Amino acid sequence: MNTDIALILLQDGLVSGAIYVLLATALVLVFSVTRVVFVPHGDLVAFTALTLSAFESGQRPGTVWIVMLAAALALSLEMIEAVRQRDHARAVLSLLRFGLVPALVVLAALFLVPKTAPLVWKMTVSAALITCLGPLIYRIVFQSIAAASPLVLLIAAIATHLGLNSIGLHVFGPEGVRTDGFSGVPLVLFGMIVTPQAAGVLASSVVVVVALYLFFRFALRGRALLAAAHNRRGAEIVGISTVTAGRTVFVFAGLAAAISGLLIGPTTTLYYDSGFILGLKGFVGAIVGGMAVYPLAAVGALLVGTVESFASFWASAYRDVIVFLLIIPVLLWRSASALAPEDGLE
Amino acid sequence: MIRPLISFAPLIALVVAAMSPLALPTYQVAVITYVMIAAVACLGLVLMTGVAGMVSFGHAAFVGVGAYVSGYLSSQLGCSAWIGLACAVIAAGLAAGLIGAVTVRMSGHYLALATLCFGISFYFLVGNSEMLGRFNGLTGIAPVSVAGFDLRGERAAYYLVLAVLALVIAWCRRLLSSRTGRVLRSLRTGPMIAETFGASAYSYRLMAFILAAVIGTVAGWLYAHVQRFLSPTPFGLTASIDYLFMTVIGGSGQLWGALLGAGLVTIIKHELQDLLKFVFGPTTRLELLVFAAIMIIVLQKARKGLWPFLEQMFAPHAAPGADIDPVVLPRRRAKPEHGLTVISASHLQRSFGGLVAVDDVSFDVKSGEILGVLGPNGAGKTTLFNLISGVLSRSKGELSFLGAPLSKVSARDMCRRGLSRTFQHAALVQDMTALENVAIGATHLGRCGLVHNSLGLDRVEERQLLGWSGLLLDHVGLADKAFELAGNLSLGHQRLLEIARALAADPVLLLLDEPAAGLRANEKAVLAELLARLRREGLAIVLVEHDMDFVFRLADRLMVMNFGRRIALGRPDDVRADVGVQEAYLGVAA
Amino acid sequence: MTVLLQIERFSVRYGRLLAVNNVSLEARAGEVTAVIGPNGAGKTSLVNAIMGLVPFEGSLVFPAWPGASRSIEARIRARIALVPETRDLFGPMSVLDNLRLGAFAPHREAGFDMRSRLAGIFALFPRLAERRAQRADTLSGGERQMLALGRALMLRPALLMLDEPSLGLAPMIVAEMFRIIEHLKKDGVSILLIEQNARAALRISDRAYVLENGAVHLAGSAGEIAADPRVVDAYFGGSMAAGDGRQRISGRR
Repeated sequence: MNTDIALILLQDGLVSGAIYVLLATALVLVFSVTRVVFVPHGDLVAFTALTLSAFESGQRPGTVWIVMLAAALALSLEMIEAVRQRDHARAVLSLLRFGLVPALVVLAALFLVPKTAPLVWKMTVSAALITCLGPLIYRIVFQSIAAASPLVLLIAAIATHLGLNSIGLHVFGPEGVRTDGFSGVPLVLFGMIVTPQAAGVLASSVVVVVALYLFFRFALRGRALLAAAHNRRGAEIVGISTVTAGRTVFVFAGLAAAISGLLIGPTTTLYYDSGFILGLKGFVGAIVGGMAVYPLAAVGALLVGTVESFASFWASAYRDVIVFLLIIPVLLWRSASALAPEDGLE
Repeated sequence: MIRPLISFAPLIALVVAAMSPLALPTYQVAVITYVMIAAVACLGLVLMTGVAGMVSFGHAAFVGVGAYVSGYLSSQLGCSAWIGLACAVIAAGLAAGLIGAVTVRMSGHYLALATLCFGISFYFLVGNSEMLGRFNGLTGIAPVSVAGFDLRGERAAYYLVLAVLALVIAWCRRLLSSRTGRVLRSLRTGPMIAETFGASAYSYRLMAFILAAVIGTVAGWLYAHVQRFLSPTPFGLTASIDYLFMTVIGGSGQLWGALLGAGLVTIIKHELQDLLKFVFGPTTRLELLVFAAIMIIVLQKARKGLWPFLEQMFAPHAAPGADIDPVVLPRRRAKPEHGLTVISASHLQRSFGGLVAVDDVSFDVKSGEILGVLGPNGAGKTTLFNLISGVLSRSKGELSFLGAPLSKVSARDMCRRGLSRTFQHAALVQDMTALENVAIGATHLGRCGLVHNSLGLDRVEERQLLGWSGLLLDHVGLADKAFELAGNLSLGHQRLLEIARALAADPVLLLLDEPAAGLRANEKAVLAELLARLRREGLAIVLVEHDMDFVFRLADRLMVMNFGRRIALGRPDDVRADVGVQEAYLGVAA
Repeated sequence: MTVLLQIERFSVRYGRLLAVNNVSLEARAGEVTAVIGPNGAGKTSLVNAIMGLVPFEGSLVFPAWPGASRSIEARIRARIALVPETRDLFGPMSVLDNLRLGAFAPHREAGFDMRSRLAGIFALFPRLAERRAQRADTLSGGERQMLALGRALMLRPALLMLDEPSLGLAPMIVAEMFRIIEHLKKDGVSILLIEQNARAALRISDRAYVLENGAVHLAGSAGEIAADPRVVDAYFGGSMAAGDGRQRISGRR
């Protein structure tokens, strides 16, 4: 292996790693605030690519059905609760949140995205559809078991993943897709050839991670979310409801998944069930970073991407096994050195 | 009427199960057989995840080890199934020992992820291995034969599996209610309980890991010789997740939950497939969606799993256990004579990074004496306790116990030497009875380990340990709550229970962290009387308290700490009059 | 005097355990209402349920704020605040952040001034001002209690519920804590005070309830309760009670 190849592999690794950074960040965020290990995150990423691909070929994306089903379910659950509590305000809010917003997005997806629409518009609507799914999933699956043990939450997350898989096959079919990426002239940076796609990925990751950091560091809302992660009851008595915190964080997760899906779509073929392994690698990155976002999860995720890239070159059949086995010593080290492994976002 | 029914339920279930193959069609018999095999596998997971608190995503890999080792020996080398079993168990035991030695050092997510890694690796290794038939599988495995009689066919296999399942459940029950089992059950609450009372948390976690692997291996062995054909698919990540599902849905800490979960999940999956084929056509896999929905609904309605949910509905009151005869232990430790220095500390210091939590503290305690430790929160009292009891190591200073200097000691060492303690936040195992919790305190006094406990050779020792525990419960006034779950007791009673547990270790020195917190005036009087009696019997007691009244009247000497330093040590009257103490702690006279 | 809080036939259940059993009590505006009794009596369950943290049976009414009993958010909008027994601070966050979050609910309202509110709290607790950048979990016990109280005060509550404010504190700090509570009362904050330290609680309260084993055993004005021989026996037993530095040190035995 000469330097050229090594550099290319490194670049590939960093690009995958950047996507894993987004995944890891989202996973840690959701975990910190709700203690849910959000296994279906990867599925949402894959679904975004599948949605965009459908738009690109001028078809109606199956995601629309998923969103409609989820919205109907969530809305019914909310209405039942609102009626039981005779809470008009809640009924109206739920109608807007779980009824109007998803309806608008679905309508846009059905009627406002012709094949000739600009790529950016298609990407936006795809992202909007998937982002809706975040809080909908939270409402249907996790809101009522918010206080359960992390193991139960994990099982529920796995069940959700299976459900999404199942419905994904039904609405998207078994074929794989690859979306059109950013086209353009490759740049030359530091003697390396950088494609617009790679540049886009790296730039987006940086922007998202920095934006999240700023939000959590300086905005009171951001501090409130963190507080909910540190102490649930303390947050409740100052007016930060666990439900609001959970729902907000799931919106973030949905958005992060959507962005990740848009970024990863052009680089590899995605199927309805590609999500799991994606999410798993993001999870590995998060664990390596000690379930803390800044900056170690980022490093962890980049490491995973790089290792994967090199392993892919040398022994592609065993690529995944190598990645996972190499993690063991890191896990040992992390576990030994971590005083409080689930410290959250600070 | 319900109660006797419940205690005979396992027997009834066994009889029903034994009769079933005569009444059911072959297909159903086969399904139930697979349910039972899955239940055996889940029992291992209950032990590891539900009882010892380690989540495993690689359990199916150990099932796979059992299946492949025995399957290979049988189909390629013509060995009998029993030899296959022996080899499989040994192989799994060794593998689990090696993997576990590394893995159980980790906690929480790290551990789960490590098991995931091993699970995936096993799947790939087997799938790519020529000699194991790659992804096409291994065929031609012989059935199990007993006394020359081949157990071929659905009904024979059914009885074999039923017998094994019954044996494994009986064994697990035996184990979990013994001395070893009590320590295992305390692991989930935290390693501190086991360590404080003389058991190595690491060793027991490793034990749980290996036992789980071995049980899984037995399930795999059954699978190989019932199905008589193997492919890697049932031993991959999906299967591990399925086992985890079954265990949690059934109620992760419950043995019967494994059976319930395995049954429910398997049957739902089978039935759904058939049912939904009618509705949606054969090509979709929407049954998974319905399955997922059912699982989610079950979790939402019965958060701790189905078995506890059903228990709550049908048998909400804890069944009273057998009568326990109070027993005084025959091998009690000789109490040191009155006035002998039990523990002596000089210039103890402990820092955490930049913060000095305990700063140059010296004191001693004699047998037949009560030393009270006062000071505001954050003064270093709990750190001091942790230094003396071996939980923390000291940065500087000397410590000696019963005249012997201590260089580097662990909590287990200190327990054996004769130190016992309670914790600020009652660290009891919530779902064990009061009696069992106290019995944990006597762990280091028992000698029977895994082998004796499993084979039931520990009757005499158990009677002694439980009798001793019962006696102590009586001493603290909780005799009537012996069979109540610790989690159902009021806070005051939990504190008393902790003291009984600490006494069960037959200590020479007792460290009590705020024992009176949460007690009413008359309860405090009873506690004071108990402590005074213990003092008369020659015990040395150090207690941290905030209740001035309680501590001023009871203690022989007082030590006041502030900001990690000792600011007074002496008789209560002298300490109370000390100006430094008044300024720092009690408040200046108006 | 207006009744701010009124509960009747109020019960709180945890699984099989009945922690609060058919309790009726009321708290009036401008007064300190004390609920005394040993730990395990159900006092914490009572106040947590009043705040909406745990479910309850029976009737709970806030006459001055009709919708408040609907949710925790509604209570906070009505400016009902709780300082829980477990303090529940945000450990890894700074003192300043903890206080700012105390005003999370009203911070979007018109005319809200974070700076002046913080100034008010720092004036009341100068020690917190000194430590404003420090992590909350590095504070001493007394400082943590002050921070918990300060955080609740950021809401400018009309009804403040304090669960065991003196628990675990040095006698000296306890005295300071009760001084602050009296100061708040003078400022017009109505207070529901849960306390094990009966003597100190009764000295500053107007009305009192004695809660034991989940039920109200005695109720009346603070003076009546303090003079009741049963209370003296059970709760003042002995010459010294925690938090009463003054009487003790003067040497009068």
